[in-house]
Amino acid sequence: MQYLFLLYANEKGWEQLSADQRKQGEAAYTAYTNALREAKIYVGSNRLRPVGDATTVTMQTGQSRVIDGPYADTKEQLGGYYLVDVPDLDSAIAWANRCPGAHHGTIEVRPVWAM
Amino acid sequence: MHDAHRAAEAIARHSYGKLVAYLAARNRDVAAAEDALSDAFAAALTEWPRNGCPDKPEAWLLAVARRKLIDGARRRITSELAADDVRDIVASIAATDEAEIPDQRLALMFACTHPAIDVAIRAPLMLQTVLGLDAARIASAFLVSPATMGKRLVRAKEKIRSAGIPMQIPTRDELPARLADVLDAIYAAYAEGWNDHAAPDTARRQLADEALFLGHILVDLAFDEPEALGLLALMLHIEARRHARRSDSGEYVPFDEQNPKRWDSAMITAAEKLLRRAAELGVIGRYQIEAALQSAHVHRRRCGVANWDDIVNLYDALLEFSASPVVAINRALAIAETDGTSAALVAMPDAEQDRRLIEYQPYWAARASLLARTGAHAEAHHAYEMAIGLESDPAVRTFLQRRLKRIQM
Repeated sequence: MQYLFLLYANEKGWEQLSADQRKQGEAAYTAYTNALREAKIYVGSNRLRPVGDATTVTMQTGQSRVIDGPYADTKEQLGGYYLVDVPDLDSAIAWANRCPGAHHGTIEVRPVWAM
Repeated sequence: MHDAHRAAEAIARHSYGKLVAYLAARNRDVAAAEDALSDAFAAALTEWPRNGCPDKPEAWLLAVARRKLIDGARRRITSELAADDVRDIVASIAATDEAEIPDQRLALMFACTHPAIDVAIRAPLMLQTVLGLDAARIASAFLVSPATMGKRLVRAKEKIRSAGIPMQIPTRDELPARLADVLDAIYAAYAEGWNDHAAPDTARRQLADEALFLGHILVDLAFDEPEALGLLALMLHIEARRHARRSDSGEYVPFDEQNPKRWDSAMITAAEKLLRRAAELGVIGRYQIEAALQSAHVHRRRCGVANWDDIVNLYDALLEFSASPVVAINRALAIAETDGTSAALVAMPDAEQDRRLIEYQPYWAARASLLARTGAHAEAHHAYEMAIGLESDPAVRTFLQRRLKRIQM
């Protein structure tokens, strides 16, 4: 079953890190990604650019509205995701718990709607 | 208000399981007993601040819970219970003198760890029914969603009732195997609590306390069972090192670099005493051996070095009891100290043969440290990467990243 890990964290935290700390942080994500691959559960992942680079589009009012910035202004922002294929929710939670993002932010674990 | 809350909490910790065990003893309906008891605690929280804490709070709670149970049973007469059953329940519940509530927690522990109950839910079930922990807290500690944990607990309690799992201490010939299941469940709870991360995650750390508390209850109720003594000794030995695992600045300190002076000497003394008492009973078992292993490490406090020959011998003995890869990994690490790194690598289990090891962080951490020592840097690098990727404790992750850096230089 596929699960999407949505990684939320305060972007400002990253900006405040030293170059060394950033390198270490990136290495932790690399190691985590490799472990997912080796366990053969990795489907995909991406890191997202800051919400400052986001553009929001809607046509709910019948008219196109294009807005600079993220969909919702929140204390923690969506910063990336992992898509994994694991047997069940227990296993998904165990893997989300190992993700470096769980330490400096919050991970939402969402089952993918199977089509 | 605060006093009443504190009194209720203290009683919850010490009496909850006793009251559940007593209320559920006859009809094995743990869920109904818990519901009645939670109503009783709610009543206490409104009643006690107004009129003061009763002289016999346990009996007070029991009386209220009983009334709830009897009301509930009466209401169900038309649906599933015959009138005779209700009379029976009323009679049996009312029979005991309130001042003397028999301690049937041991029987409750055996019911929670009955072979018919799924192994994975035994520890959570025991934490809930004996200690009154709520499902959400247990779920966080066991890394399961609260909704799932809640459902599994309900199902397990339903099984106790519908499958007729007895609330009693097993017969003599059944006892050793059944006791092992109780011990395993307590140790599983302790292990979940041991993996605490930095300070904020208090739910898990408290779980270790709760498991120790269960261990104490078990030793009090089954005091001449050497393995129960062995388990408590083991947990106390490990617990004694909790604070030595972090430096003052919060960095992870691996076991072999811990300052033995920072180990808790009162806990070590208590553990050694329990282990001696277990030894006098003359029946060896897995938990006594594991406790003896910890005891051999305590040698370092006095002599600066652990008793590695003893440790390897004890691991050999432990393998006889449980041929688990976890034991094999630790044995290999001990062999590194007595026979050198190459011998240790030979003794290590292999992930090629046992695929489960690929997701087992200690396997990669052990391999990494052994390979780094032999100078096989490329292989060590891969093992460190896996250990880092599988680790959930940021302090340990940082420590491993530093070790990895060291071999890259």
